[in-house]
Amino acid sequence: MEIPYTVTARPDTGLWNAKVGIWLFLASEVMLFGGLFSAYVFLRLDADPGAWPHGLLNVPVGTMNTAILIASSVTVVMAWASLKMRKFRAYWWYMLVTILCGVIFLAVKLVYEWPQKFDHFGAFIKKDKLEKYEKYLGNHHLAEKGLAPRTEVSGHLHNKEALHDESVKEYEIAMDPVNADPTNPAMDRPHFLYVPPTDKIATIEKEDVEYANMFLPKHSAYFASYFTITGLHGAHVLGGVIVFTYLWLPVGTKLYKRNPEHLANRVEVAGLFWHFVDLVWIFVFPLFYLL
Amino acid sequence: MMNETDETITGEIAPVPANGHAEHDEHVAHNVAKHIRGYLLVGLTLLTFTGITVGLSYINFGTQKANVAIAMLVATFKAGLVAAIFMHLWSEKRMIYRILMFTAFFVLGLFFLIYLAWYDPITR
Repeated sequence: MEIPYTVTARPDTGLWNAKVGIWLFLASEVMLFGGLFSAYVFLRLDADPGAWPHGLLNVPVGTMNTAILIASSVTVVMAWASLKMRKFRAYWWYMLVTILCGVIFLAVKLVYEWPQKFDHFGAFIKKDKLEKYEKYLGNHHLAEKGLAPRTEVSGHLHNKEALHDESVKEYEIAMDPVNADPTNPAMDRPHFLYVPPTDKIATIEKEDVEYANMFLPKHSAYFASYFTITGLHGAHVLGGVIVFTYLWLPVGTKLYKRNPEHLANRVEVAGLFWHFVDLVWIFVFPLFYLL
Repeated sequence: MMNETDETITGEIAPVPANGHAEHDEHVAHNVAKHIRGYLLVGLTLLTFTGITVGLSYINFGTQKANVAIAMLVATFKAGLVAAIFMHLWSEKRMIYRILMFTAFFVLGLFFLIYLAWYDPITR
């Protein structure tokens, strides 16, 4: 069976079918991400003052990934334009670069950014014990400046067995700079650049801790929304890479020989999806990394 | 498999024109070629504004809300460029605009729900 209107426009819509299809799909995607973003806004606006973390993500790495995604948006539109101009070799190279950009983006996310979070630890101190850990929290200094108090001591957990072993009564944490030097004005709004934990160790009794965990989705509303939104976004990048790879393989070459316009249209709809994924990231990057 | 691909990239393939009108194809190719400079410029603008967003986040605009508003303004501009130029929404068929009008209406409704969540008719 021949599928109609893959190349020529349908008289009633004025468009070839896949174009209508991809836009309907993207409309549903807008609602999907819209729901998650509105949940993010709701959680953030409703958080206690000072409770929404700041400066936990690696800004240079995030900026690099943003640039990679923007570059891949340019190369995919160039791939499409090359097909329109019937320059298959240029198409092949542009598509390869696009695929590589997608793979690098995912690799940075899965090999570097996420595992770094899984390895980071935070302990929220009970409200009536905050004074006891003043030297790590610097809340007197913050109060003088009219800033919201800190309740968390974070860094690398030295005695990992403390997470499971009930006989271990305290957490030993190699502290992040913010807790190692809490009255330093530079820490009032923590560093953007990722700064590794110091070798200063804090000993915190478990019974003084309200809640403690690695930087996983259950750590906070911030990480819950961070992992959900970047995870779903990452799944979209993966989907795009798979489709691009399919179009780049000899299957695409065969289609080009048979009907170049059909391949150009396929690349166009896959490209529209890719630009949407880029567009989502344009909002994710400032919301999670910078603000 | 690689051999076949390698062969295809060593030389341009002369495809059968889709609709049999080589002249029409040339016309389309010419139109597309005109836009390439624009695509590259948009790419550069997006990269520049990514840098600007990062830079702006180091400046304290008084309140956190002001910083968020400014960052979102820049992001909306960037997203607008992607949608208008890369996604060709600048000149698209009416059918697509119709679909997106519904989407815009419902996604705005979604964000309006946040406002409703705080609206308290009793204590207000």
